[in-house]
Amino acid sequence: MNRFDYVRAQTVAEAVSAASEPGAAYLAAGTNLLDLMKGGVTRPNRLVDVTHLPDLDRIERLPDGGFRVGALVRNSDLAYDPTFAKAYPSVAEALLSGASAQLRNAATVAGNLMQRTRCPYFYDPASACNKREPGAGCEARGGETRLHAILGWSEHCIATHPSDFCVSLVALDAEVEIAGHEGTRKVSLDAFHRLPGDAPQHESVLTPGELIVALHLPAASAAFADHSRYMKIRDRTSYAFAVVSAAASLRLDHGRIVEGRLALGGVALKPWRAREAEVVLAGAEISETLFRQAADAALVAAKPSGDNAFKIELARRLIVRTLARAAAGTPARMPALPASAFASEKDTLHA
Amino acid sequence: MGQHDSLTVSLRVNGEPHDIALDDPRVTLLDLLRERLGLTGSKKGCDRGQCGACTVLVDGRRVNSCLSLAISLDGSEITTIEGLAQGDTLHPVQAAFIAHDGFQCGFCTPGQIMSAVGLIREGHAGDDPERVREAMSGNLCRCGAYIGITEAVLDAQARMASDRQGEAA
Amino acid sequence: MPDIAYEQARHGSSIGQPLTRRDGFLKVTGGATFAADNRPEGMLHAVLAVSRIAKGRVAHLDVAAAEAHPGVVAVMTPQNAPKLAADPDAKNDPFTFRLDLLQNDRVRYAHQPIAVVIAETLEAATEGAELLAPRYETEAPRIGLDTAEPHKPQAVGAGDKTAATKGDIEAGLAGAARRIEAVYETPAQYHNAMEPHAIVAQWDGDRLTVDTPSQGMTMATMRLAGLFGIDPKNILVRSPFLGGGFGSKGFLSGPQVLGVMAAKLVDRPVKLVLRREQMFGPVGHRAETRQTLRLGADGSGALTALDHHTLTATSSHDDFYEPASALSRYLYAAPTLSTTHSGVRVDTGTPLFMRAPGEASGSAALEAAIDEMAEACGVDPLVFRQMNYAEAEPISDRPFSSKALRECYEQGAARFGWERRSAAPRSMRDEAGRLIGWGVGTALFPALMMQAEARAEIRADGSGVVAIGAHDMGQGAWTALAQIAADGLGLDLDQLDFRSGSSDLPNGGIAGGSAHTATAGSAIHAAAAAVLAQLSDLATNDENSPLFGAGNAGVYASKGRLIRRDDESRSESFTDILARAGRASISASGKGAPDPAARESYAMHAHGAVFAEVSVDPDLGQIRVTRLVGAFAAGRVVNPRLVTSQYYGGMIWGVSFALHENAVVDPRTGRVMNPNLGEYHVPVNADVPSIEAILVEENDPHVNPLGIKGVGEIGITGTAGAIANAVYHATGVRVRKMPITLDKLLG
Repeated sequence: MNRFDYVRAQTVAEAVSAASEPGAAYLAAGTNLLDLMKGGVTRPNRLVDVTHLPDLDRIERLPDGGFRVGALVRNSDLAYDPTFAKAYPSVAEALLSGASAQLRNAATVAGNLMQRTRCPYFYDPASACNKREPGAGCEARGGETRLHAILGWSEHCIATHPSDFCVSLVALDAEVEIAGHEGTRKVSLDAFHRLPGDAPQHESVLTPGELIVALHLPAASAAFADHSRYMKIRDRTSYAFAVVSAAASLRLDHGRIVEGRLALGGVALKPWRAREAEVVLAGAEISETLFRQAADAALVAAKPSGDNAFKIELARRLIVRTLARAAAGTPARMPALPASAFASEKDTLHA
Repeated sequence: MGQHDSLTVSLRVNGEPHDIALDDPRVTLLDLLRERLGLTGSKKGCDRGQCGACTVLVDGRRVNSCLSLAISLDGSEITTIEGLAQGDTLHPVQAAFIAHDGFQCGFCTPGQIMSAVGLIREGHAGDDPERVREAMSGNLCRCGAYIGITEAVLDAQARMASDRQGEAA
Repeated sequence: MPDIAYEQARHGSSIGQPLTRRDGFLKVTGGATFAADNRPEGMLHAVLAVSRIAKGRVAHLDVAAAEAHPGVVAVMTPQNAPKLAADPDAKNDPFTFRLDLLQNDRVRYAHQPIAVVIAETLEAATEGAELLAPRYETEAPRIGLDTAEPHKPQAVGAGDKTAATKGDIEAGLAGAARRIEAVYETPAQYHNAMEPHAIVAQWDGDRLTVDTPSQGMTMATMRLAGLFGIDPKNILVRSPFLGGGFGSKGFLSGPQVLGVMAAKLVDRPVKLVLRREQMFGPVGHRAETRQTLRLGADGSGALTALDHHTLTATSSHDDFYEPASALSRYLYAAPTLSTTHSGVRVDTGTPLFMRAPGEASGSAALEAAIDEMAEACGVDPLVFRQMNYAEAEPISDRPFSSKALRECYEQGAARFGWERRSAAPRSMRDEAGRLIGWGVGTALFPALMMQAEARAEIRADGSGVVAIGAHDMGQGAWTALAQIAADGLGLDLDQLDFRSGSSDLPNGGIAGGSAHTATAGSAIHAAAAAVLAQLSDLATNDENSPLFGAGNAGVYASKGRLIRRDDESRSESFTDILARAGRASISASGKGAPDPAARESYAMHAHGAVFAEVSVDPDLGQIRVTRLVGAFAAGRVVNPRLVTSQYYGGMIWGVSFALHENAVVDPRTGRVMNPNLGEYHVPVNADVPSIEAILVEENDPHVNPLGIKGVGEIGITGTAGAIANAVYHATGVRVRKMPITLDKLLG
């Protein structure tokens, strides 16, 4: 790990100012940043510690019924907040399927949004990577690509975004509250992360110094609470990144879908909102055929970026399953194995 | 603005206050404990938050000490494996790990035990072994002592609950 | 003589008891001192820099940048590395492995050490290593089993025959009513003990003290003595606890020696600990295999031929060949057998012994092939195994010293409920609609004996001391060997001072080959018997003793007393015997070693049967091993609690082998792309919902005086195959390339 200046910010304005310098990075829990620094993947020359900032660790219910979640709220605290989890159960399930209990206890909401890809070529400083070094090339192309992107990738980058949380959030129209020199702005989470295009080094819309201060969940999205699930396919039962994941939320009226939401994880460099599928779902009668049509719509543009064509078929099947679970209803209690294919049958019954 | 030239971090470690002058902001909580405070019970298995051997409690919550910068934890209360037993009297989780053979080589054990203590404190798993297994999945054990670990956590949790009932009565 | 010893042992009160670990208190309080926990006065931290290329040479290191970093004391490179007394590339015997010790700028594999940075703090040493920013002259690496024409190794594994055959295999196949031929592949796997290799080295003139995890302290001492040209008597290796070894700490590795060299360079104590990613290269691994099995059977389902060929990889510069075909020599009663190996050289670190070397990979393939043949014959896979039960060792026709495999099959099947299995693939489901599969595999591991020495002593106060440089890597040597020692001396455990884990004690041999308890235990047993013989001499020849005239074979020891066999009311305490003889103590040494005559006459193996249940999502392919039942017969059980844990651990390694472990190597660069515990998967707790181990009774009068076979490795064998068979039974998809991951089941 390189040497750096350590700056402990006392106010948001201080933080923004201190982090505007080139080479500065924000430090929250550090669960991803320290990992990257230890691997020599990133070498910031200044860390601006925001963990001592006041008031960013609150979960607030807003007058309109929506939620404002402070950037420093720990993943586990959000997942186990009873009011929040009741309103947005798929978000809680996604959170609890991520990483380990220890990491969830430390990692913050904003840090989860800012996670870098787990692409092994990004993590290996000896490999060419356009994210680490713009213009260097992408050594993942033609390499070991079983877990790489099937949607939205480019010749310059085939990495995926590793977050579970963001997948459930993007399905529910979450917004990101960002503080900068000019005050604060709000950006939809769907617009927050960027696809690689020809500049994969730009991962989000944040400009230098900008700081995520909160996450907003609209009140309207709580209307999906009775039929919201997250599913995550993994290479081991727990403590593994998604091969593919899906968040599905449905608003039902007597067996008919009034509105459906669908997002995918592990498929692209951003949490992937499948709006084409939502169009298929809207107003339709629940059936397996419908779910298959939705899955097909979600994956129209999918193409393998290497030795990973199986992920397209896996995503198709996972969409069908997750929609079916959502249609069956949110379980009364969080499954023992959140988001797992092995969540017990009784967990998937109606609430 | 809090630019820190001389870095000082105040921590309570196993109940003892420490004011530590740090010459280097890069020191993680794990390396602080092991290399500077002589508390070598917490182990470094991966140094990247992927094995759980370094698990300690920070303000009562289990975290990976390898991924925490010590300087950032200024003002925190740290509990390590060395702070669990009262003299020769083991914490119920420690005793249960011995009774259920919840370890072999013992290297991951301090992390497993601190994780179990954190898990019981969190109170989400109840007496469901599946929830315990899931909640202990952040602690790898290459020897494969998982069966004993799960039994130990459930046993210790039950004993602690009945002890509390005993105290209340 | 063996009979008397056997008798004495049986009088003991410790052997067979499910005692908890004697080192348990230390391990649950953080008080157990692992190598990296040592911190001698004045200690510096050393961090390796390792190669990012797999083949070529290091053209430049920015030593100045590293040295300029505050706190960096020295940078050790081929330019200034201390001269060695012996060439680390010299291969004097098959068990001396070539080490990369900064003697030149050549790179032979990715993650090879290329420099060591030594600093006042760990942070400075770590960054110093980063700042070296090596530049290389890179050559294209040779990676994978197809990279070269295979050659025939001189030997495989630990000096095993490359080929062993019986009868005319082609005739056996030609005459078969049913034949199958299938190719199975297993990937490179890395030991990944939770404790990374670590060393704290201190020089005092030409005296050297090292704290380092070792499965073979005497071998480590001899290696250090040779490399540094010092008297082995001047070397102290301390290894009271290993944070897992699994074979990777059997031989001193290059990085450990580099720690010693670093300490010499700076003339201060140095601690060097591998970073996790550095475990993927210089400290051994299990090589990939491609195994071709050809089986023939007659109309009734009796095997007529078993041909097992293994293609495996070794490094460009040294020889270790995974002996995966060897197991087929011992297991099933095929009248014609062919077991052969070939190898290719690749640009990786040298493969090494890894828990059940050969047996694990070989069993995974063989047990799948047996299943495929059983299905071809239309016979239940358990019944097929029972039909082809070997009454004598197939390759040699020698009788088994003992073999309770039939009982393992029966007890395991009963516990598992095998009779409720529905034969057809995809015919079993759980209530949630998930596919359920049941599979079986036979477990086998040779019952080896190595060489060890021990010293035993009885003191005037009646207490005993047993000393042996044995190794506890989690299997429980501190406990099991102490139990053997207590019984050997006829003492309760609390009267015993058991000393171990250090090279200044008698040579405890090697903790490997599942032979440590048997070998070290035999040495302890012999030493204790020799002490008791002296003690009984003192008593029975002394007319003031109540034991006078009883004769050596006429007494036994228990609870600190010698007792007449023919009249248990007549006894005398150790204390009284020694006091009257005016002796402060008596002591003796003993050895454990294989009995050549017995080994010539009998085939010696532990056996078992593993039954696996898997649950597979029919659409998504995700797999979970929901139940494992293993029944094992391995001679005498010294401590059922610890033995059960060893079987659990072995079976979890079987889960890992079948479903998880896979070092993903980019063939373009030769780098392992998942050199971390986040993506090099081993099972987590949630992967292991239910395991049972049945300890099947087995008495073996031949294997060693204590009747002990090893239990540390057998659990992997059988298990990986049973899981693969269960996955096939669940899904109808036969995956012949491990690990079995969900993408291979999507169809």
